[in-house]
Amino acid sequence: MRWFRFFRKKNASREVAKDRLKLLLVSDRAGCTPDIMESIKNDLIHVISKYMEIDTNGLEIKITRTASEDSRETVPALYANIPIVNLRNVKG
Amino acid sequence: MSEVIVITSGKGGVGKTTTSANIGTGLAMLGKRVVLVDADIGLRNLDVVMGLENRIIYNLVDVIEGTCRIKQALIRDKKKSNLYLLPSAQTKDKTAVTPQQMKKLTEELKEQFDYVIVDCPAGIEQGFRNAIAGAGHAIVVTTPEVSAIRDADRIIGLLEAARMKKVELIVNRIRSDMVHRGEMMSMEDVVEILAIDFLGAVPDDENIVISTNQGEPLAGSSSLAGQAYLNIARRITGEKVPILDLEPSQSLWNKLRQALVRANV
Repeated sequence: MRWFRFFRKKNASREVAKDRLKLLLVSDRAGCTPDIMESIKNDLIHVISKYMEIDTNGLEIKITRTASEDSRETVPALYANIPIVNLRNVKG
Repeated sequence: MSEVIVITSGKGGVGKTTTSANIGTGLAMLGKRVVLVDADIGLRNLDVVMGLENRIIYNLVDVIEGTCRIKQALIRDKKKSNLYLLPSAQTKDKTAVTPQQMKKLTEELKEQFDYVIVDCPAGIEQGFRNAIAGAGHAIVVTTPEVSAIRDADRIIGLLEAARMKKVELIVNRIRSDMVHRGEMMSMEDVVEILAIDFLGAVPDDENIVISTNQGEPLAGSSSLAGQAYLNIARRITGEKVPILDLEPSQSLWNKLRQALVRANV
């Protein structure tokens, strides 16, 4: 019966709920609004672009929980995925 | 080695009190000495779920104010001689108690019991701070809904900020038929989103309503929810128990019919 899954509608509410939650928790955990996250993102683009060419559309930032290095506790962390387009384009 | 465990959720109505009652009953079935503490001052209801509402003489606030001794306020369960309830006050409000007083109370209860289970009120204000004050272990209850998970995430953040040593998750009211149809988040989805240790899942089972009507927790009964709660109690004692398959047992005909219905969606 597995192959029947092909015909199932893609955006069933389970996936919608997961996507909404992931976005919601980012701003909740950061204690700041999506607007502020957007500002952080733009500032990062601005700073890093001085040194290398990056894919601004592929840039992704989020607040996650991660295990602290010096203890077993989990701490919030800012995770940034910044694809580099051209490394050689380094301006002094 | 006694343990104080707080059952919390943030959002109301996700099943904290039912979970507290059933975990307490499950641990008592496993031979542990257990006391259930209703920390929801002003809105008493753990006594009703346990079916002990007619036996209350003194309550938690009476103990804290020194009106009576702990022993006088404890109510023994109808069936299990190693399970007790410390009921909440109905006439006072949460400001009647401070976190320090709650901590002292749970310390004293720890001397007499293996497990002190604290049923936390909804919300993140003083009632929450009181309930977690003496606990070293928190169990967060949520349901597979956006609002409940969001509040659970907030509570987890507050528990971590309060340096709670151990925080675990129970996903309540799972409907496996809806999960299969892609219309409900699965326990795996919820665990992935909240990223904390998973303690167990409980199916949305009509037997819960029946058991609450009767005032008799169903942990350990043959129902799916009863099995799920007993498994959770076992895991709390440190036993390794595989995750229960929440699919109700079905006849071949029903399985076939469901498969056909699914294929037509």
